[in-house]
Amino acid sequence: MNGPFVSLLLRDLKLAARSGGGAALALAFFALVATLVPLGVGADLKLLARIAGGVLWVGAVLSALLSLDRLYQGDYDDGSLDLIALSPLSLEQVAFAKLLAHWLSTGLPLTLLSPLLALLFGLPWAGTQALFISLLIGAPAVSAVGSIGASLTLSLKRGGLILPLIVLPLLAPVVIFGAGAVSAALDNLPNGALGLLSAFAAAAVLLSPFAAAACVRLNLAG
Amino acid sequence: MFRYANPAVFMGLSGALLPWVSGAAVIALAAGLWLGFHVPPDYQQGMTVTIMFVHVPAAIVAELAYGAIAFASLFSLVWRHPLADTAARAAAPLGAVFTALGLITGSLWGRPMWGAYWVWDARLTSFLLLLFLYLGYMALWNAIEDEMRAARAAAILALVGAVNLPIIKFSVDWWNTLHQGESIVSGQIAPIFLWPLLTMALGYTLLFAALWMVRIRTEIVNRRTRSLMQRAG
Amino acid sequence: MNSFLAMGGYGAFIWPAYGVSLLALVAVTWQSVAAWRAAKKKLAELERDNP
Repeated sequence: MNGPFVSLLLRDLKLAARSGGGAALALAFFALVATLVPLGVGADLKLLARIAGGVLWVGAVLSALLSLDRLYQGDYDDGSLDLIALSPLSLEQVAFAKLLAHWLSTGLPLTLLSPLLALLFGLPWAGTQALFISLLIGAPAVSAVGSIGASLTLSLKRGGLILPLIVLPLLAPVVIFGAGAVSAALDNLPNGALGLLSAFAAAAVLLSPFAAAACVRLNLAG
Repeated sequence: MFRYANPAVFMGLSGALLPWVSGAAVIALAAGLWLGFHVPPDYQQGMTVTIMFVHVPAAIVAELAYGAIAFASLFSLVWRHPLADTAARAAAPLGAVFTALGLITGSLWGRPMWGAYWVWDARLTSFLLLLFLYLGYMALWNAIEDEMRAARAAAILALVGAVNLPIIKFSVDWWNTLHQGESIVSGQIAPIFLWPLLTMALGYTLLFAALWMVRIRTEIVNRRTRSLMQRAG
Repeated sequence: MNSFLAMGGYGAFIWPAYGVSLLALVAVTWQSVAAWRAAKKKLAELERDNP
């Protein structure tokens, strides 16, 4: 990890912390979702425990989406992106740094909060463990796929509305495998969900910087 | 391939092909309908098997259209083929309509068989996600003002979606077996049902091809109009 | 005729399925052709005014 990469990473983390309190907004949203669902479906803990994996995974994905449209847009709007493009870092490295910053400032905090929210759903310990591990593996994938959406919509003033439409269908496998890991733990049946999730996450994290960089390039060229 | 890049050449070629493709589509659809309604009841599904003759062709075209968009997007990004963007954009509304049709007919097929209009069948669920992919694609085209940027962004999105689509289908299949959902089409199709099915599939595909050509031609004409207006204004 | 319409009791599903398919395909065909005609017309007018 060289100097420019780390400084870009730190800069983005600082910016995330400054605007909207960084993780705080995502965490609050996540907690709110976890609160509203039981209000909507009733307090039957057996039911809540069964749906916890899916609900919390969907909640985490939606919470992570919140800060995605700022990933590139801020820098694009004030011209910083042009300067960053001129730095010794390749655009792919820039994309990776932003992906990492998003995960550190949003995905990881959500992951750390999840066991507490699992408590609200009466999720047994085995399920909570599976939830935590699946989020740990899967949240980077969410940031990765999300960053593609962010770079595609970076020139849009109201891109925030299209971003979920573009990103959420692409994240269906992550939700399926992530929640699948929790139900596997609950039923005590191995189903390979974590393996599939890891494969998807690895591919997403490794490949998305290329797509995101291409999008940034096309927006800067014009 | 690059000969057809010239809009004039494409207009000439498509103009010549269009009557034949449309005619063939009408014939295939008529034949398919006739075959479909002269089919005996399936021992399991009764006459609802006839819904398959409008559901499966719609599903085939829905996926074909996305493949066409992905292919055109590749051409657009890699070889900068000038008509590729137009072709991709023109195919999207068609694909979305066929996907929606696949969902509605699939639901109507499922109701007599499962007792509910929707039971999260793996194929229908993948279809629902495909519909969202189409909507996102079309939304992106409409949202970005600069046409060239929109074209390239949409192309990237189409390719990302194309790569993701098999993964989505795999994950939905996996999810479905996990929760032991129902399945619409199980296994083999008896030969007597195959003929109407294939004929309708051919008809639907030809119809898609014809409509696609019409929409590309429309866009070429519109571009000429826009450039004339820019010169005059 | 009645048994044709009833389709072994499944008519309530089969006919709407065909109906919506017909409707959708006719609609999208009509819209595509209408858009084409409008485009041609507009271009013809412009080319008349700007020879």
